[in-house]
Amino acid sequence: MSAAEEVVTEAPAIEAVPKRAMTLGLGTSLVVLAALAIAPLFVKNFIIFQMTMLLIYALAVLALNILTGGSGQFSLGQSAFYAVGAYTSAILMEHFGMNYALTLPIAGVICFAFGFVFGQPALRLSGVYLALATFALAVAMPQLLKLGFFEHWTGGVQGLVVTKPDAPFGLPMSQDMWLYYFTLVIAIGIYIASINLLRSRSGRAFMAIRDNEIAASAMGVDVALYKTLAFGVSAGITGVAGGLGAIAVQFVAPDGYTITLAISLFLGMVVGGVGWLPGSIVGSAFIIFVPNIAEGISKGLSGAVFGVLLFLVIFLVPHGARQVAMVAQQMLGKLKKN
Amino acid sequence: MTQAQLAQGHAPLLAVRDVSVVFGGIIALNGVSFNMNKGAILGLIGPNGAGKTTLFNCLSRLYQPSSGDILMEGASILTRPAHKIAEIGIGRTFQNVALFPNLSVLDNVRVGTHARTSSDIISDSLRLAWVRRGETETNRKVHEILAYLDLENVAHTVVSGLPFGTQKRVELARALAADPKILLLDEPAGGLNHEEVYVLGDLIRRIRDERHMTVLLVEHHMGLVMSIADHVVALNFGRKLAEGTPAQVQADPDVIKAYLGSKDQ
Repeated sequence: MSAAEEVVTEAPAIEAVPKRAMTLGLGTSLVVLAALAIAPLFVKNFIIFQMTMLLIYALAVLALNILTGGSGQFSLGQSAFYAVGAYTSAILMEHFGMNYALTLPIAGVICFAFGFVFGQPALRLSGVYLALATFALAVAMPQLLKLGFFEHWTGGVQGLVVTKPDAPFGLPMSQDMWLYYFTLVIAIGIYIASINLLRSRSGRAFMAIRDNEIAASAMGVDVALYKTLAFGVSAGITGVAGGLGAIAVQFVAPDGYTITLAISLFLGMVVGGVGWLPGSIVGSAFIIFVPNIAEGISKGLSGAVFGVLLFLVIFLVPHGARQVAMVAQQMLGKLKKN
Repeated sequence: MTQAQLAQGHAPLLAVRDVSVVFGGIIALNGVSFNMNKGAILGLIGPNGAGKTTLFNCLSRLYQPSSGDILMEGASILTRPAHKIAEIGIGRTFQNVALFPNLSVLDNVRVGTHARTSSDIISDSLRLAWVRRGETETNRKVHEILAYLDLENVAHTVVSGLPFGTQKRVELARALAADPKILLLDEPAGGLNHEEVYVLGDLIRRIRDERHMTVLLVEHHMGLVMSIADHVVALNFGRKLAEGTPAQVQADPDVIKAYLGSKDQ
């Protein structure tokens, strides 16, 4: 009869999981945590660096997951938020001599504000149109960073070199190992806070909006506010990841934060399972290691091999790591019964 | 509210004043007025396209009336955005069920408490003590409502997998969770069988009596409206056709003509 009714009955664009299934059980969480805590003791510094990047990208994928899996908004612009976070940390450290750890909350707050403000025009868009608008942001960001106007701060095309911090209190560990544990603590903190958020009144408001905006609004949910908050939270976490990335890589440059990064993060989210937060680390592993594996199989055709591998994953497990985890859980359940 | 009503001492809880809605060139509602008194069950009837749902959507601020006013306890609701309607005590269900399909029954009903609770993203992320206390209180209330509507056994089930009748009850539970003063029910009997309709009628009356609510019922099912409504408003082609007790409206020649067609057709 009317436009409003049509919207009400429309199915949600994103298949999502109920909240209970959004997390891992306590036992599994502890096993994963123990593995992450012990692994660096047995590997070389380069592998430790890669594991640090694994955690950093996992944070960025988690941030996108809160936005897309939680509130139902697409973004192909996460690389822009990541870049702003990275440059904030780099500039504060190199120009103001600020302690690296202190730059991270500042990067988070600046990116939260950036995401919140960007979320305002995004309110008028949804689905593929929102994806396009965020895509524009990702395309624009590297060029904005190269602008002569900001060059004094950003270093222009050259970028900025960032000093890698030493382990504090004279701890007997390498810079890489210290940074890994530092990142691990932050990642665990953000992961727990994200789960708390999605399980709370605010998180329910996000998911209510994702599932049915009109009904959410009738329940008193300020749809515009929570949609922009979701953008802010997502951008804020991505900014912290960007800051950590700058410290780990010891370098920021505009071409490190192109649309390719945004697409990688999107890929990571899909491979990990949309709306399943623990999947973020699996998605992150996919975007870091699978290109290397593809290169190992064929140097000249690494892109094609990567494409085939990606296609296989999407074809065999369309719901990503979440689906694998659920199948594994069912099999374990059967084993216990027998 | 007018001076006369103040003098009488029983101002209506909700007053619809001369409301018109025009979509393009189509007049969906044309100068409709009626009052709802506290504790009443008001039935809004009319053939398809009579404007019942349009009126409902004006009450929940999905549509802006072209003219007229809607007063809740004497104050206009038309200055409020849609998300600030629940907090003044207007709750609703939807014609075709508008639940959050991927959430559990429990979470759907928890969202219902949104207008009656407060939080911010930082406190929620840190799960501060006052947030935990609020959640405990929310859970207590939600479980009370689930028990009231006999939904405890499906509390953890995702709603998209539930039968239609159960989904309708979940929607009712979600509306009740906001402690509304007025409950707007858009065709609650749609898709239910004879026995279920009977049970529903009983339930609506119980909700009115035990939870002290006023009910506006849009319904096609004449039997249901006539058996539980205290007062009936009949609409046709966007105009008010008749108003009165169920018996009066049922006997109204215009209403009979609208439903059955006139003799000379």
